[in-house]
Amino acid sequence: MATEVSRPTSRRAPRQQIGLIEWLRKNLFSTWYNVIITVVLLYVIVQTVTSFVSWMVTAPGWPAAFTNIKLLLTWTYPVDQLWRPQAAMALVMLLLGLSSGLWGGIVRMVALGAAVISVALGFVAFTFPDLPGQTSLPGWLFMFICAVLLVGGDQLARLVGNKLRWPLIIAWLLAYPAVILILRGGIGLPVVETKLWGGLTLTLILAVSGIVLSFPLGVLLALGRRSSLPVIRTFCVLYIELIRGVPLVTVLFMGALLLPLFLPGGESIDALVRAVIAVTLFSAAYLAENVRGGLQSIPKGQVEAARALGLNVVQTTLLITLPQALRAVVPVLVGQFIALFKDTSLVVIIGLVDLLGAAQNIVGQPEWLGTPGGVWRETFLVIAAIYWVFSFTMSRISKRIEDQIARSRH
Amino acid sequence: MSGNGSSEPIIICENVNKWYGNFHALKDVSLRVKRGEVVVICGPSGSGKSTFIRTINRLEEHQEGRIIVDGIEMTNDIRNIDAIRREVGMVFQQFNLFPHLTVLQNITLAPIWVRKKTRKEAEAKAFELLERVGIREQAYKYPGQLSGGQQQRVAIARALAMEPRIMLFDEPTSALDPEMVKEVLDVMKTLARSGMTMLCVTHEMGFAREVADRIVFMDQGQIVEEGTPDQFFTNPRNERTKLFLSQIL
Repeated sequence: MATEVSRPTSRRAPRQQIGLIEWLRKNLFSTWYNVIITVVLLYVIVQTVTSFVSWMVTAPGWPAAFTNIKLLLTWTYPVDQLWRPQAAMALVMLLLGLSSGLWGGIVRMVALGAAVISVALGFVAFTFPDLPGQTSLPGWLFMFICAVLLVGGDQLARLVGNKLRWPLIIAWLLAYPAVILILRGGIGLPVVETKLWGGLTLTLILAVSGIVLSFPLGVLLALGRRSSLPVIRTFCVLYIELIRGVPLVTVLFMGALLLPLFLPGGESIDALVRAVIAVTLFSAAYLAENVRGGLQSIPKGQVEAARALGLNVVQTTLLITLPQALRAVVPVLVGQFIALFKDTSLVVIIGLVDLLGAAQNIVGQPEWLGTPGGVWRETFLVIAAIYWVFSFTMSRISKRIEDQIARSRH
Repeated sequence: MSGNGSSEPIIICENVNKWYGNFHALKDVSLRVKRGEVVVICGPSGSGKSTFIRTINRLEEHQEGRIIVDGIEMTNDIRNIDAIRREVGMVFQQFNLFPHLTVLQNITLAPIWVRKKTRKEAEAKAFELLERVGIREQAYKYPGQLSGGQQQRVAIARALAMEPRIMLFDEPTSALDPEMVKEVLDVMKTLARSGMTMLCVTHEMGFAREVADRIVFMDQGQIVEEGTPDQFFTNPRNERTKLFLSQIL
């Protein structure tokens, strides 16, 4: 019955094979003016790259970033308490490793990426001197431990399997307060005031807090803006349009200077908390507009079908419209989170010292005064690389999520 | 409760009126549907037939008249509306499957969240229904991976999973490619013969002739004529019905 059908061995359309010479002639040297353009551009590119590389190799300022790595990462966090940021990071790495084993896919990609980077940084960290009075693990050892936690967590979760699902979700929910508790201290641990926090630690705390807190707030604002209750709708519209009408710097200043005047006991509100509030309020307004775009893209028939099945308004929103709306705006949301991550550098103007702030301080240290040309180029390149790694990771995650959604849509 | 209850109407519509702004979409529409009856509603486009069946589960609000479904009167009370919606299943022209959920999840969603069934019960029922509509093997696919006919059959299974007493069909085959119409109609025929109360807006006159107990013809927001398929096709009384039949037959 089954007739033999010859199947093509590859599903790709046959591509014409052309040689390198042929390709060059067709694409770069087809006419006399293309030849000129190619040659000129080639010259410019080679010049730029070679001079950049030779500068990189001979630049005298690299030690500035690397000898001050402690300042870049944790700023003035007490040296004898440095094990605490390490513990916090180890906790996150372990959870990431476990999630990688349990969920695979994108999470595994991130976890493996983090493991590779940890190992690489571990080798770099061999050269770092121990700080006087340091009670924490040496940097290189700690980075290797991170890699072990990532890979080990992955393997462990694969062994244990799905039983781990709920404990892990709960652990992630508790991870944020746990990290803050470990860093700030209190119960049994000596308190480290947030004014001592800074560097990459501060940048990450601001960004993660902003993302985690502004997400639910933004979704609520988006839903509120579409509410049939005029009071709620008007409030949401006013809020969104007000915040979108002013720059982040203004919101940060308002958080830093005005909030203490309005709130009871305002002076005692932590400067870091004020910055987090400002970043969250700012980001939520933009997020709300993005989510609203997603909600508007859902056809009316979806709501009708859900209502006809007897789902109530809340169930329809949570199970049908919101999940679809959020999927539709994943790329925009990730773009916004990347922007938020980089925008946190603006907190420098209200006196917090984040990664950028730490770099600025390092550049001004008196010991680099003698370095010809200063050390700011090298130092800022290093922090640019740090920002890039995080932003690029987020962008790759977004790409993978998009691909997955596209695949389920066929 | 009613043993046979063949005479007892399960849907009562009395003088239902609806306006869109100044446009009078439904004019004094009255209809009684008995348990187990299959009623086909036809008429030219814009005649209000879709609007009418959508008032029965309150996807459209009527402004005047009474609608009583299975003993529950439709009021503005959301609890009444939800109670009616639990008893009334609906199949749409555009399928309206949830694209972010698999076929199985589409079918089990409402039983789990509205009927509070366990996942296991709901899935067992879902597989039984998928078997009935002939696409059990597609359970783990997403709607976007199915053909139109398959999607509409999933939509029927999804509505049936709530174990409704009444099924509303709003032009279920109009968005389908011609070769897929039959597979959907076959499912509907089996359902009709199983004793389900059905109200179908459709242009499929073959279907109407074969399984309808009664045909209702609507024009310009009014019920112009109703009768058995025999009466309707062989001996229409109203001029507008005659004109309509001459155009489509």
